[in-house]
Amino acid sequence: MKTSGFHDLEKKLGPYTYVLPAMAVFAVFLFYPFFKTIYLSLFKTNKMGEAKLFYGLGNYRDLLTSQSFYNSIFVTLIFVLIVVAGSMLLGLTAAVLCNRSFPGIRIFSTAYALPMAIASSSAAMIFKIMLHPSIGIVNKLLGLNINWISDPRYALVCVALLTAWLNSGINFLYFSAGLSNIDESIYERASVDGASGFQQFWSLTLPGLSPIMFYTLVVNIIQAFQAFGQVKVLTQGGPGESTNLIVYSIYRDAFFNYRFGSAAAQSVLLFAMIMVLTLIMFRIEKKGVSYQ
Amino acid sequence: MNQTFAAENQAMKKSQEEILKLQQEANAKAITRRRVEKGTLVVLNIMMAVFILLPLLYAVSIAFMPSSELFTTEINLLPKHPTLENFSQALVKVPLARFVINSFLVAGCITIGQIISCSLAAFSFSFLDFKGKDVIFMLVMATMMIPGEATIISNYLTVSKLGWLDSYHVLIIPYLTSATGIFLFRQFYMTFPISLYESAKIDGCTNLRFIFTILIPLTKSGIGAMAVYTFINAWNMYMWPLLVTGSNELRTVQIGIGMLDSVDSQSITLMIAGVVMIIIPSISIFIIGQKQLIRGMFSGAVKG
Repeated sequence: MKTSGFHDLEKKLGPYTYVLPAMAVFAVFLFYPFFKTIYLSLFKTNKMGEAKLFYGLGNYRDLLTSQSFYNSIFVTLIFVLIVVAGSMLLGLTAAVLCNRSFPGIRIFSTAYALPMAIASSSAAMIFKIMLHPSIGIVNKLLGLNINWISDPRYALVCVALLTAWLNSGINFLYFSAGLSNIDESIYERASVDGASGFQQFWSLTLPGLSPIMFYTLVVNIIQAFQAFGQVKVLTQGGPGESTNLIVYSIYRDAFFNYRFGSAAAQSVLLFAMIMVLTLIMFRIEKKGVSYQ
Repeated sequence: MNQTFAAENQAMKKSQEEILKLQQEANAKAITRRRVEKGTLVVLNIMMAVFILLPLLYAVSIAFMPSSELFTTEINLLPKHPTLENFSQALVKVPLARFVINSFLVAGCITIGQIISCSLAAFSFSFLDFKGKDVIFMLVMATMMIPGEATIISNYLTVSKLGWLDSYHVLIIPYLTSATGIFLFRQFYMTFPISLYESAKIDGCTNLRFIFTILIPLTKSGIGAMAVYTFINAWNMYMWPLLVTGSNELRTVQIGIGMLDSVDSQSITLMIAGVVMIIIPSISIFIIGQKQLIRGMFSGAVKG
């Protein structure tokens, strides 16, 4: 009797114990801080980050009337635009070049995917030297004398291109997978009909890629919103606030200005933006599956 | 009669020969055209690969350059007198070996921990029935919407209140599970028939034994993909270690390498040598595990 009672209990509780380790980590380091961030965003905090004075939506109001926050959003949007366009273009070009087999294709496809294995901070250090005004390879090869990183006109573009390079690796993989799903025979028919390579790309390859294209687009946007390491290493948000991307702005508000409430409010806004994008991504993913 | 026949025959033979010749010519043309196409493709690929790898090639080149060679106005793509000095100096100036050990330890624990916690959870979600299963699974999926950067401040405040700052566990514990991993493993497990589990149960196999002796060996490719992905991400982690570690003893490679950044301007070559050294582990793991990573990444999507 006793053992069967234990058995019943085990049967009832058993399933939960297997989920427990994962859910415990989520609870402590995702759900709890998530709600705590919302809570903190409604308060004025002290230097220790403790909620001291209820401020209602004050932090949000302050943000929405602050020049600096608008700048940060504006800079982030431009950044995302350049990163997404650049990394998708790089990934797509590489994937198209690797679509038909030729000797050495494996080496090349490894090379194209490689940036995904590199840390944003390490890459930023390499780019820092490449963009160095006097000894950097970029100025030397282009015969220019531009101080890329300390000129507000170029700094954002530089950080964005670095990020585009970092993200191009995974885009190459996405696009390669997308290209391998396109039926080869349509190309043969098209070339018999006398379609040029460019026409084939425009009217066969791109439409064939469209399911994965949208998915890749959204993933890229989400990733670009979260850039931090490269800003910290390369520009520290400057010169001025020209590269003060949203995550860097959160970091600066919390750990330099000790305005945890304001940083929390920015985190909530960042979350809202990412959530909308993720929901769009899930929608597209479902569509993509039914499409196949 | 006979003569005309022979003449006709000859004419036919001739035309056949001509056709054959034409065919051969066309074939040869097609072959050369294909060769030219392949050749162009290879050339284009070489150009693209050099372009993509340029930052890495440049970094390797500088790492071998004596610092005096770097400071010229000429174009200096390759070191004239390659040296290993930068590598040995970088190892002396900062405790790089220590950072590497720290990173291996942290990334290793995170990888193993994620594989275990995700396997357990995915097993429960795919083979067991319990109240609230769908709700809990939805909660797991919902975590994908919360970017780590949005919770990082609260997490920092939590761990500092717990007195966890500057420790190994503060670097590891928050990353011991992942929604993507649970989703990926569940996707794999769903392809197994439930009878696999039922017959193992009848044979007296416990759940844990089922997971470790049947499920995990059957999902090697998924685990491989997940291990490569998780390890590289943990190795490359930047923001969290920056916030929660302060002492040299606990710095990970990505933060530690920054110490070479600020020493003095002569140390650029040292810094790049350091960067090259810490990139090698993640690149090696990527190259070794690339095939599995790609298969794992896309098998879920195809089967789903």
